[in-house]
Amino acid sequence: MLNRLVSPTVAERLERIDVPFNRLGLDPLGISRRHLGPFLSGLELLYRRYFRVTAVGIEHVPSAGRAMVVGNHSGGLPVDGGMVMASLFLDHEPPRLVHGMVEKFANNLPFLSEWFSRVGQLTGLPEHAVRMLERERVLMVFPEGARGTAKLYKDRYTLVRFGTGFVRIALQTGTPIVPFAFIGGGEALPVVYHFDLLAKVFRAPYFPVTPYGLPLPLPVPCRIHYGEAMRFEGDGTEPDDVIDGYVKQVRDRIAALTEEGRAAWEAAR
Amino acid sequence: MKVLITGISGSLARGLATRLASAGHTVIGIDRRPWPDAPRGIDVFRVDVRKRPAEDVFRTHRPDAVVHMATVTYFTARRDERTRINLGGTQAVWHHCARYGVKQALFIGRHTVYGAAPDAPLYRTEDEPLLAGTTFPDLADLVAADLWAGNALWRSPDVRTAVLRMVYTLGPSRRGTLASYLGGARVPMVLGYDPLFQFMHEHDAISAIVAALEHQAHGMFNVAGPQPVPLSFLCRATGRTAVPLPGPVFPRVLGRLGFPRMPSASINHVKYPIVVDDAAFRAATGFAPEYDESKTMDAFRWA
Repeated sequence: MLNRLVSPTVAERLERIDVPFNRLGLDPLGISRRHLGPFLSGLELLYRRYFRVTAVGIEHVPSAGRAMVVGNHSGGLPVDGGMVMASLFLDHEPPRLVHGMVEKFANNLPFLSEWFSRVGQLTGLPEHAVRMLERERVLMVFPEGARGTAKLYKDRYTLVRFGTGFVRIALQTGTPIVPFAFIGGGEALPVVYHFDLLAKVFRAPYFPVTPYGLPLPLPVPCRIHYGEAMRFEGDGTEPDDVIDGYVKQVRDRIAALTEEGRAAWEAAR
Repeated sequence: MKVLITGISGSLARGLATRLASAGHTVIGIDRRPWPDAPRGIDVFRVDVRKRPAEDVFRTHRPDAVVHMATVTYFTARRDERTRINLGGTQAVWHHCARYGVKQALFIGRHTVYGAAPDAPLYRTEDEPLLAGTTFPDLADLVAADLWAGNALWRSPDVRTAVLRMVYTLGPSRRGTLASYLGGARVPMVLGYDPLFQFMHEHDAISAIVAALEHQAHGMFNVAGPQPVPLSFLCRATGRTAVPLPGPVFPRVLGRLGFPRMPSASINHVKYPIVVDDAAFRAATGFAPEYDESKTMDAFRWA
């Protein structure tokens, strides 16, 4: 039944994706071709029709081998994550499957736990990051974490504190970092308030509330600006001040891409 | 080589005994349960591994190697009984091994000792902590036995010890923890969760134990077969009907309506995966499974 929901474009690109499926359509991490089809077709609809995403500089993401795409987080729900996943699957040649690093609470929730596991969105553990990079996959990292999507509308383009683990893992595994800026997330889901009681019920880090109540994103056009890949020297055992320096370089690059993206976004309005 | 197998009347142990005997080894066994049609040449002593007569088997037969398989789970024994057999039995066996000059001893453990939890990684390595004592208290005795056998690595350095944390076995015997869970036509699942299950064919499980003996494995090892499969796929491929039950309902129907009898804490093991990394074992022994995931499930289904 689910197969009817798969668009022809997604079906064609799934044939060329860099995931080693076995006869059952499963890879060793539990990713399932049968689940990817409808999931990516849903994302395609959001990417092309609802958010009408423009991706710039997507050629900076390598066409094979390990890579880490690192960007800003905004907008209450991880719309940005879904759209980056869609862009690298739909607009990149060849199509690539992006693995996010999911907040831990999601695995506690029924259905979300099942679906995320089947489409390669595993809990954000360093062990998972290293394993996926060693398998030459593309990892998507939002170093701001839940602090990033928790941003209120007024703070949507400020970057909050970056975690530093991603740089250590990139060094340890010799992975290039491709910075990106996501524009429109804060406008699509303008968060004005956090409903802490509901957050507790779902054991979520926060529960976003919008001016119209529900945390549902509006059909705002979005942009993704990818920058040139960054490589740093080291093996991941460097002292904190060295790592902090690398993190700052990535953060500054993302801030610059955000400025560029915002200007283009305003111009297109 | 003279090999003593404890718990020899168990299904996997019988297969191992037969394989070792046909490879020219002398095989003896200990079990409280009988093995009526044991092949000629395999002596089975019907004694309790924790009692004096068991020590007498060590004393008089002086085995070169011991494979300790006399452990039980909630599918076969009550909790107090399990602690006595699993922990008490393991202590007794390594004590005898050290005392009667056994050169090599294998503890056949389970991968479930790592425990299933929402924030646990896939592909656990041997240096990960064993969480099952908290996530699934009914496995605490097996965790204790596993760690106790592991302690023998430094406590009894003359006995070359290996702890094998083996994934579920599946195959024509239809015995074992996973086979018991999949025993009925309808298999209870938790609605909205579909964890990866890792299993290997019985034939490969025996080959792995033989490989550990032949290569004199030393240390703690995860032992696995083909790549893991989501529970729903496993149910379908083995001709079962998966019945997704809301989480709060799940513990209440266990043991009823034709569903298997399991402790309520087992819910974690059907919500979250336990997947282990077996690279160290493959490197140490050269072991590789013969049956892939589809053939293994077929062997169980069509037995």
